[in-house]
Amino acid sequence: MAAAARDYRLTGADDRAAQEKGLASAVWYASPIPRKQMKELMRRTDGPAVRDTLIWFASLAVFGGLGCWLWGTWWAVPVFAIYGVLYCSASDSRWHECGHGTAFKTRWMNDVVYQIGSFFVLRQPTVWRWSHARHHTDTIIVGRDPEIGVPRPPSLFGILLNVFAIRSGLREWRSVLRHATGRLAPEEASFIPAMEQWKVFRDARIWLAIYAVVIGLAIGLRSWLPLMLVGLPSFYGAWMYLMFGLTQHAGLAEDVLDHRLNSRTVYMNPIFRFIYWNMNYHVEHHMFPMVPYHALPALHAAMKADTPEPYPSVLAAYREIIPAVLRQRREPGYCVQRALPPTARPWTPAPAPVNAMPVAAE
Amino acid sequence: MSEETWVTACRVDDVDPEDVIRFDHDGRTFAIYRTEDDGWYATDGLCTHEKVHLAGGLVMGTIIECPKHNGRFDLRSGEAKGPPACIDLRTYPVRVEGDAVLLRVA
Repeated sequence: MAAAARDYRLTGADDRAAQEKGLASAVWYASPIPRKQMKELMRRTDGPAVRDTLIWFASLAVFGGLGCWLWGTWWAVPVFAIYGVLYCSASDSRWHECGHGTAFKTRWMNDVVYQIGSFFVLRQPTVWRWSHARHHTDTIIVGRDPEIGVPRPPSLFGILLNVFAIRSGLREWRSVLRHATGRLAPEEASFIPAMEQWKVFRDARIWLAIYAVVIGLAIGLRSWLPLMLVGLPSFYGAWMYLMFGLTQHAGLAEDVLDHRLNSRTVYMNPIFRFIYWNMNYHVEHHMFPMVPYHALPALHAAMKADTPEPYPSVLAAYREIIPAVLRQRREPGYCVQRALPPTARPWTPAPAPVNAMPVAAE
Repeated sequence: MSEETWVTACRVDDVDPEDVIRFDHDGRTFAIYRTEDDGWYATDGLCTHEKVHLAGGLVMGTIIECPKHNGRFDLRSGEAKGPPACIDLRTYPVRVEGDAVLLRVA
């Protein structure tokens, strides 16, 4: 029997169904971590993020400068390919971590890097802060999560368009233009509180002003170079964050209250982990989002016995994702069932009167 | 002041400095905080954003951060200090008598 088509809109039938089934703002499974250990894991410090941000900025300066020097030659192509990844794909993780406020201990540092990362990765800072909060409240709950990357049945054409952020980028630009006129889409109004909505309009107008300067420079200099440095990398540099991002949830279960079943942890090499800021530890991040990126490997070690086997590489993850996504085109009800190890604590969600985090045994 | 409105929430040794503990009483839930300099404070236990219990969160100085979405509050005043927390927490008087931490509930 074919599965009923799902309604992924935040204001549609599956939103109401999720609320009726108790899937909205629900209690999620949390692996037992002793409080003292969790406090250590959550502890904030500026050092790692300051170091990584300086390296990131320096890399952007080096490759951006090299690209300018080599502009007009074919050597500029690989240089700008790297620059684009550093500008856009690395910004995905900076946007993410700083949006959580966990990268740095010092609040303003998180805010500054968040704004920069948001601009580079082309995600409006206020809109996405709130949509990401909803993603963490209702991870891959259909009708509730605005960040389900591969809705079913999957559109392969849509995924391919996003290799260079064509679909997502143009959609974001339409949204920026709408916001600059002081209007929100109905779905956005469903997750952005009224008291925060003025920031959406402000952000859009600031972005338009910045892009006006860059475009003006390009026109004045009669060169694409200014746009190759600011603006276009949000498109040509997107492919790596898509490659990483699809490993997070694609092909896994929807409408479950256990991140072990709807998220993946994938082991990656140090270069990938620098660009991705350890977001490959995605089960861990969703279960305990207050743990900063630099402590995620330690958190992973602490809860490993309670979680499914991590994927040994990005390639291994895609060996599962590609057949799963292709099968979901024929069978939208299909998903990969993650197996819990014998050492894992099984958990069946029960209705709870308050949305309380389970207290771990000491 | 009626002594009956003060309830024993926990023992002093139940809470480390710069930490938080959950206390449930009479169908309500609270968060009891101990700061690094031995200040004691209490707020409603649930984050005003999505009703996640703050006892699982992180105390940093006089800030409590929600464990789910990293919303921040001043644990002394309950003031929301960082999104997605926008609505203040209600606070409650706390006093220490010997090794007991007492909370005044209305």
